[in-house]
Amino acid sequence: MAAHGAVAARGGLRKALPLLAPAYLWLTVAIFLPLSAMVFFSFMTDLPLTGKPWAFTLGNYAAFFSQSLYLTLLLASLRLGLEVTLWCIVIGYPAAYVLAKVLKGRSREAIFLLVILPFWSNGLVRIFSWAMVLREGGILDTALNAVLPFKINIDLMYSYPAVIIGLVHSYVPYMVLTCYLTLQAIDDSLIEAGRSLGASRLQVLKRVIIPLSMPGLVAGAALIFVPVVGSFMEPRILGGRTGTFYGTVIEDQFVAVFNWPLGAALSFILLAVVLVILAVASPVLRRAT
Amino acid sequence: MAGVTVSEVSRRFGAHKALDNVSIDFADGGFYALLGPSGSGKTTLLRQIAGFDFPDSGRISIGGESVERVPVEKRRIGMVFQNYALFPNMSVADNVAFGLSVRGEAKAVIATEVQRALDLVQLGKLGGRRPHQLSGGQRQRVALARAIVTKPRVLLLDEPLGALDKALRVDMQIELKRIQREIGITTIFVTHDQEEALTMSDRIGILRDGRLVQEGPPEEIYDRPKSEFAATFLGDANIFRGDATANGIRLPDGTAIAAGVGDRLAAGAKASCAVRPERIQIATDAGATDGDANVLRGQVSKRIFAGNNSTYFVDRAGQTLKVIVQNTGLDRLAEGQDVVLRWSPESTVLIAAAG
Repeated sequence: MAAHGAVAARGGLRKALPLLAPAYLWLTVAIFLPLSAMVFFSFMTDLPLTGKPWAFTLGNYAAFFSQSLYLTLLLASLRLGLEVTLWCIVIGYPAAYVLAKVLKGRSREAIFLLVILPFWSNGLVRIFSWAMVLREGGILDTALNAVLPFKINIDLMYSYPAVIIGLVHSYVPYMVLTCYLTLQAIDDSLIEAGRSLGASRLQVLKRVIIPLSMPGLVAGAALIFVPVVGSFMEPRILGGRTGTFYGTVIEDQFVAVFNWPLGAALSFILLAVVLVILAVASPVLRRAT
Repeated sequence: MAGVTVSEVSRRFGAHKALDNVSIDFADGGFYALLGPSGSGKTTLLRQIAGFDFPDSGRISIGGESVERVPVEKRRIGMVFQNYALFPNMSVADNVAFGLSVRGEAKAVIATEVQRALDLVQLGKLGGRRPHQLSGGQRQRVALARAIVTKPRVLLLDEPLGALDKALRVDMQIELKRIQREIGITTIFVTHDQEEALTMSDRIGILRDGRLVQEGPPEEIYDRPKSEFAATFLGDANIFRGDATANGIRLPDGTAIAAGVGDRLAAGAKASCAVRPERIQIATDAGATDGDANVLRGQVSKRIFAGNNSTYFVDRAGQTLKVIVQNTGLDRLAEGQDVVLRWSPESTVLIAAAG
């Protein structure tokens, strides 16, 4: 049975090669080559492009371990990733549930569009519009003071919550979409079966719906966690001085300090840490699904 | 265990009347079939009894307790779904245990009860499997075990055998009936398959366009249908339409047909007679005529040979009649042959028109 399957797969692979080749060729050229160059850079003392003399070194990687700042920032970024992911679950999962199981027809399409909309707007525009909402004397501040009888000062700008808000806004569609897909695949009769057996709606949610939508939650979490840990745009614009994270430090190396080798090394350390986290988490998550 | 009473239940979906003033009594321990074409309201009625949907008006009681506003999880029912609806994330044993476990039963109690239920459906050794590792028939049994392990007051089955192939379906019919007898639970069973309804149930309710057309034991509905719809939906029937006479009807061409069964109708009223295809004798000559038998002459237009029986289509005065004959010998009638049809008034049911 297994042998037969393997033979079939091999025959299928040969036939599929013309279909796979463009994608892999593109991935090789567009990702693998630049990434290899970055790996190369990360072991250099200086960029070869500037004409200065250079040598191979492990110093860039050693820098991460010799200065506690980098580790502190990495932990802060991981925490940021975790918090944003959790908020995306808290906000995105119920929305996905309503989209998949409650709404039907046109109203579903309309709400779906609203969920996808952030995808279609430019990231910078999105962040600067948040800046207008969150700053003192901004939209939120003005609106609240217009409604409330007492005077309050809302200035969320350049704070940790502002970074969270901006990132959650950017990434919550991923969670909605992945959860929507798995929730939609859950047959309504499973929910009815659960209730006919005496389970309350909450029990059905806990024992049937959430376990069955685990693949969507995991996929959404991975899609959000990884880029958020390395994010720099939202922390820099919305976080100001409080928005120094691992991602912004890497960005600095590339655009401000022009220390590409250190930036590359820090990036690969982040990549390794993220891969380790995913590898450790995956068996646990697989058991849960 | 408990009986179920549905009285004057109506349910609308927009302009569509899914259930129109339906009243029906399901006695304690009985096996009922709700039979009807798709869109007849049979599933809607089952869902009202289950509690997935509430009626606009009317009352539903289970074991004497009014439940029409009680949500499904509080009704203590067991339900088997058409697609089985087994939880794919749980083993067979966990599926069966679900109802007991949400109720907070002790682990030891759950284990014993689950094993007993799996033994009852003859799947005692498969508790550790996942639903996707089971065949259709086995999934069906798991769904049944899961529905009855909680000792519900009533068992509801929504076309439970619809997804099985024919041989397996017959096996499961017998099995389902055995289990139902063994635990003596009131069972309500939705189907569009008339054969299933006839062979399995103590009583049948026929629904059409949200209304209960007729209700009673299978033999009674088959032998004394009260409408053309009941006559043709449950089994096959030849329908003659004409005007009522003292003992039957007169067809437009003047032929009299005597009916020994059914309601007496005022002479001259529009009426029909229904005759089952297997009740008609077919011969090449008139033979010995016992006075009151109905006799018609016609011509065989088509013969369908089905092994143990043959179906003849006989043309007569613009109408095609269906006759089913057991192939007890080798003598068969050819297409185009002139024949005489004969059947007794006792096999002829008089039905008021517009039924």
